[in-house]
Amino acid sequence: MKLSTSILAIAAASVAGMATAQEMTIVSWGGAYTESQKRAYHDPYSTNTGVTIINDDSAAEAVAKLRAMNEAGNVTWDVVDVVAADAIRLCDEGLALEINADEQLAPAPDGTPASEDFGDLIVSDCFIPQIVYSTTFGYRTDLVGDTPPTDVCAVFDTEAYPGMRSLEKRPINNMEWALICDGVAFEDVYDVLETEEGQEQALAKLDTIKDSVIWWSAGADTPQLLADGEVVMGSTYNGRLFSLIEEQNQPVAMLWDAQVFDLDGWIIPTGLSEERTQRALDYVYFATDTQRLADQAKYISYGPARASSAPLVGTHADLGIEMAPHMPTDPENSKRTFLYNYEFWADYRDDIDAKFQAWLSQ
Amino acid sequence: MSDTAQDGPMLAADGTTLKQSLARSLRREKMRALLLIAPLLIFIFLSFVVPIVSMLFRSIENSILQDTLPETVVALENWDDQSGELPDEEVYAAFVRDMLVAVDAKTHTRLGTRLNYEETGMSSMFRRSGRQISRLDPVEDAPFKDKLIDIHDGWGDVNTWAVIKTHAVPYTNGYFLNAVDMQRTPEGAQAQPESKQILVKLFGRTLYMSLVITGFCILLGYPIAFLLANLPMRSANLLMILVLLPFWTSLLVRTSAWKVMLQQQGVINDTLVWLGLVDDAARLIIINNQIGTIVAMTHILLPFMILPMYSVMQTIPPTYVRAAKSLGATNWTAFWRVYFPQSIPGIGAGSILVFILAIGYYITPEIVGGTQGVFISNRIAYHISSSLNWGLAAALGTILLGAVLILYWAYDRIVGIDNVKLGG
Amino acid sequence: MAALTPVERAPLSFVVPVVALAGAILGLFVGTANGSGLMGILIGAALLAVVSWAMIVVIKNERVARWGLVIAFAILGFVLGSVPGGLIGLISGWFFGWFTFWLFESRYRMRLLPYLTPRQVLWHYAFRVICGAIFVFLITPILVVIPLSFNAQDFFTFTPEMLRFDPEGYSLKHYEDFFTNNEWQRSFKNSLLIAPIATIISVTLGTLAAIGLSQAHVPGKRAIMAILISPMIVPLIISATGMFFFYSNIGNFLEGTLGMNKTFVGYVKVILAHAVLGVPFVIITVTATLVGFDRSLTRAAANMGADPVKTFFKIQMPLILPGVIAGGLFAFITSFDEVVVVLFVGSASQKTLPWQMFTGLREQISPTILAVATILVVISIALLTTLELLRRRSERLRGMSPG
Repeated sequence: MKLSTSILAIAAASVAGMATAQEMTIVSWGGAYTESQKRAYHDPYSTNTGVTIINDDSAAEAVAKLRAMNEAGNVTWDVVDVVAADAIRLCDEGLALEINADEQLAPAPDGTPASEDFGDLIVSDCFIPQIVYSTTFGYRTDLVGDTPPTDVCAVFDTEAYPGMRSLEKRPINNMEWALICDGVAFEDVYDVLETEEGQEQALAKLDTIKDSVIWWSAGADTPQLLADGEVVMGSTYNGRLFSLIEEQNQPVAMLWDAQVFDLDGWIIPTGLSEERTQRALDYVYFATDTQRLADQAKYISYGPARASSAPLVGTHADLGIEMAPHMPTDPENSKRTFLYNYEFWADYRDDIDAKFQAWLSQ
Repeated sequence: MSDTAQDGPMLAADGTTLKQSLARSLRREKMRALLLIAPLLIFIFLSFVVPIVSMLFRSIENSILQDTLPETVVALENWDDQSGELPDEEVYAAFVRDMLVAVDAKTHTRLGTRLNYEETGMSSMFRRSGRQISRLDPVEDAPFKDKLIDIHDGWGDVNTWAVIKTHAVPYTNGYFLNAVDMQRTPEGAQAQPESKQILVKLFGRTLYMSLVITGFCILLGYPIAFLLANLPMRSANLLMILVLLPFWTSLLVRTSAWKVMLQQQGVINDTLVWLGLVDDAARLIIINNQIGTIVAMTHILLPFMILPMYSVMQTIPPTYVRAAKSLGATNWTAFWRVYFPQSIPGIGAGSILVFILAIGYYITPEIVGGTQGVFISNRIAYHISSSLNWGLAAALGTILLGAVLILYWAYDRIVGIDNVKLGG
Repeated sequence: MAALTPVERAPLSFVVPVVALAGAILGLFVGTANGSGLMGILIGAALLAVVSWAMIVVIKNERVARWGLVIAFAILGFVLGSVPGGLIGLISGWFFGWFTFWLFESRYRMRLLPYLTPRQVLWHYAFRVICGAIFVFLITPILVVIPLSFNAQDFFTFTPEMLRFDPEGYSLKHYEDFFTNNEWQRSFKNSLLIAPIATIISVTLGTLAAIGLSQAHVPGKRAIMAILISPMIVPLIISATGMFFFYSNIGNFLEGTLGMNKTFVGYVKVILAHAVLGVPFVIITVTATLVGFDRSLTRAAANMGADPVKTFFKIQMPLILPGVIAGGLFAFITSFDEVVVVLFVGSASQKTLPWQMFTGLREQISPTILAVATILVVISIALLTTLELLRRRSERLRGMSPG
C-alpha cells in the first residue's frame, strides 16, 4: 500500500511538473561569461522556480536576429544579454521592451529604489544593467623592458615600446584614445570628435601607429596574440585579461589607465506573449537583485552594476583570490577612466565607422 | 529523328501520323523530365529564390518615411528645398500630428535610425524630440514652429527638412548610390566625401583578390590534377585523399591553423629564424594583409580547382599526346599544343567555381585579412549584423550577385554548366 | 610492380657527387642554424660523399648500411640538438640511406619507359617533387592542428615544452573536454543528426532532378540549372538573412497551426535550410556521372519488361551510385561545416558543431576546437576510404578492370 501511494505521489508530482514545466531561452555571449551567469543566476533561478533555462550563445548576432524575428513575428528569445549600445539600438528600433526600473526591478536591500541603485547606468529605457566592464590594455611584461607602461599613450609610443599592438577593428574607443594621446582633455573628447577636424585629428594620430597594429574583431583575439608574444600590448575586455593573467599564468599585466567603461545588461524583446513577458520580467527581477549581481563577480572579473552590490563582492569561486582589486571599478584601477558616450555613438557610429573603414583600407 | 516524311504522311503503328506520334512521345518525355525536376525546383524556388529576392528587394524599398510621417510628406511637397527658407507652419503642424501617432507606436526612433544613415545626428534628434513632442496637444499648442525649434534646434535647420523630403519616396535609389560611394541629395546623386569612400574600392579589391586567388589555384592545381589524371587509378585515389582531407576539415579550423602558421611568432617564421634564413628582428609579415588572405583562401579553394580539372583531364585520351610525339613533337610542344588545349574546360570550370566562391567569402578574410585583405562581403556582414542598414547590405549583395550571375552566364556560354565535375 | 626498364648499377662517379649535393643542402640548413652556412655546406657535402662511398664500397650490404646510417645520424642529431635534433637526424639518416641506394641501384629508372632521355627522367622526378610540395601545402593546416590539439596550454601556441618534446607540454585534456563537456557533446550530436538527414533530402531530390535534367529535351534547361545551383552562388550572409524569414514563417505555421513541438520544428528548419545548400553539389556531381551514362541499358531493361521504377533501382542507380555518393558526401560536409546559416535559422537547441566552434573561437580560446578537428580528420579519412572502396566495388560491377 505504502509503495503504491508513493508511486502515485511521484506520478502526480511528475504530471504536475510536466504541466508547469516552463522553458525560457536566454541569449548571451558563451564561454566563461555565460558560465558565470549560469552559476550566479540561472541555476538558483531554476531551483527556485522550476523554469528550465536554455542558453543560446548568439548575442553577437542578437541585434540582427531580433530584428528578423520581430519582422517574422516569431520571437523565440525571452531575455537577451547585450552591450548598452546595442540596447539603445534595439530600443530605437522598437525591438526591446521599455522597463520601469522602480516598479520592475528589485530595490536594494536597504530599500533604495532600483533607479537610484543603478544610477546613471540605466542608459536606455529598455536596458537593465548587469555588469560594468572595461576595454583596456594588457601588455607583455617580458617585452616592455625595465619601464613597464603606466600611461595609455604608451600604445602610441612605438619608440619606447617597439612591437605590434592590437586594437579593435572599429572606431569606438580607438578614436577616444587617439585624441587623449594627442593632447585633448578627457572632458573635451566627444566635443572634438563631433567635428570633421576632430575625426581627422584622431585618425591622423592613429595613422602614426597604423603599421604596428593588428586589428582584432573577436574578444578572444588579443589574449591569444599576447600569449603568442605576437603583440606587445593590446586592448580587450578586462575579464579576458584577468583570465589570461590569473587563470592561464601568462606573463601579462594590466594597464588600467584610460580604461573605457562600458555596460552589459539584459533586454526583453518586444512581441512576446503576456505570459512569457511576465516570466522574463520575473527572471530579470531575480537576476539583477543586489546579491545575484555580487555573486556573478565570483566567477568573472566584471563589476556589478548596482552600487549596493559592490561591498558584497567576495573571492573567486575557484582561485580563491580577492576579486575586488581586479574589478574595473576598483578605486586603484579607476583613477583615470573614460565613460563610453552612448548617445554620441548612436548618432555618429554609421558616419565615423565609414570614415574609419575607409582610413583602414588606405 | 524528327525528319518529315517524304511521300505523304508516314503512319505509326496505331494509325496516327508519325509526326504526331513523335510529337506526343516528345511531349511525354518532356513531361517526365519536368516531373522529375519539379519537386526540387519548387523546393529551391520557394525556400531559396523567393526569400533571397525579397531580401534583395529591401535595397529599393523605402516606405518607412511615408508610413511614419504621412501628413508631413504631403505637406513638404509644396516646400521648395532650394529656397533656403524653413518650411511654413503647415509642415510643422503636420509633423507634430504624425509624430504623436509615431511616438505612440514607438516608430519614431526607428525612423531616426533610418535617417541617421543619411544625416548624422538624426537618431538622437528623433529620440529626444519624441519625448517632448508627445506632451504637446495637436490643437491647443499650435503654432508649433517655434516650439519645435525650441525642443531641438535641428528642426530649425533647412537641411533637416531637405533630407526628409529627399528620402520621402517609397522606392529609392539611395541604397544603390550608397553602395557605389555616392549619396542621394536634394541636388541629385553626388559622390560621398572622399573620407567615406570605401565600397567601390572594396568591390575592386574583392574582384582583384579573387582573380589572384583563382590564378594561384590554377598554378598549384594544374600540376596536381595532371599528376592525378596520369597516375594509375588506385594511387590517384590515395593521393586524392590528400586533396579532399583539407576540404573536409572545418573552415574555421583551417583558417585558425593558417594563423598559427603565418603569424610573426608562427611556425613558418620560427622555422626560418631557426634556420637562420631570416633575422629574428626582421620576421616576415605574412598575415593580416593580402598575402595572408591569398595563402589561406588559395588553400581553402584549391580542391574546388583540382577536382573539376582532374575530371576533365581524365577524359583526355593519352593517345593524342603519343601521336603528336610520334610525329616528331617535342615534349613541350606535345603538351602545349595537344594536351593543354583539351584541358582548358577543366581550368574554366575550376576557375569559375573558385572565383564565385572566393567573391562571397568573409570569415577567412576577417580572420587573416587584416586591413588590406578584407572583402566586400565583410561589409555586407557588418551592415546586416551590426549597423542594421539592411537596405545597403541588400544593395551591395545585389551588385555582387549581379557580377556573379554575369560570370555564371559567361561560364555557361564558354564551358557549359553541366561540364563541372567534383570528383567521385 | 615489375620493372619496365632493365637497369644496371650507376657508376660511383654519378652517385657520390649527387648525394654530396643533397648533403650540401642539408648542411646549409644545419650550418645557418649553427652560425655558418658556408661551413655547413662544406661539411655536409664532404660528410655525405664519404658516407655514400663507404656504404657502397665498404659495407655493401644495403640493409646493414641503411640501418647503420639511421642510427649514426640519430645519435649525431641527438648530440647536437637533443630530442628534436635526434628526430631530424633519424629522418635524414633514413633519407640518405634510401637515396644513395636508390641512385646506386638505378631504381629511379626502373619504372620509367626505357626510351626516356636523362633530362626527361630528371623532369619526371622534378615534377613529382613540385607536386609533393603542393600536397604538403594542402595538408599543412592538418599537420599544425594535430600536434596543437595535444597542447597542455589553453592557446593555439607551440610552447617551448612542446618543441622540446617534453611530455609536460602535451596533454589529452582538450579531448577530455570534448568528451565530457555537454555543450560540445550536444552540438556534436546535433551535427550528426542534422547533416545526414539534410544530405538524404538533398540527395533524393537532387538525384531525381539530375536524372530529369539529363533527359534530351528539357525546356528551359539552362534557367532551371541556374536556379538549382543558385544556393552555391549567393553570398552566404545574404542567404542566411533571406532564408531566416522563410523558415520563420514555416516555423510559425508548423507550431501555430499544426501545433508541433518547438524543438522538432527547429530541427526541421535547419535541416531544410542545409538541404537547400547541399543541392548544388548533388546536382553537379550526379549530372556529371550521367553524362557518361549509356542510355541503351535502360532501353534494354524496358525492352525486357522492367517498369521505370525497377529500371531505375536495378540498372541506373547502381551505375550512377558513385556520383550520388560523392554528391552526398559534399552535401554532408556542406551541412557539417556550415556556420553562417545555422546561426540565423537555428536556435540554441539546434546548435551544431561549427556553431560551437565559432563561439569557441570568438569567446574563449580553447584548443578543444583543434581536438574536434583532429577527430573529424580521422572520421574523414574513414569516410574517404569508404568512398574509395565503394568506387572499386562499382568498377567491379561495371565489369571494368581495376585501374
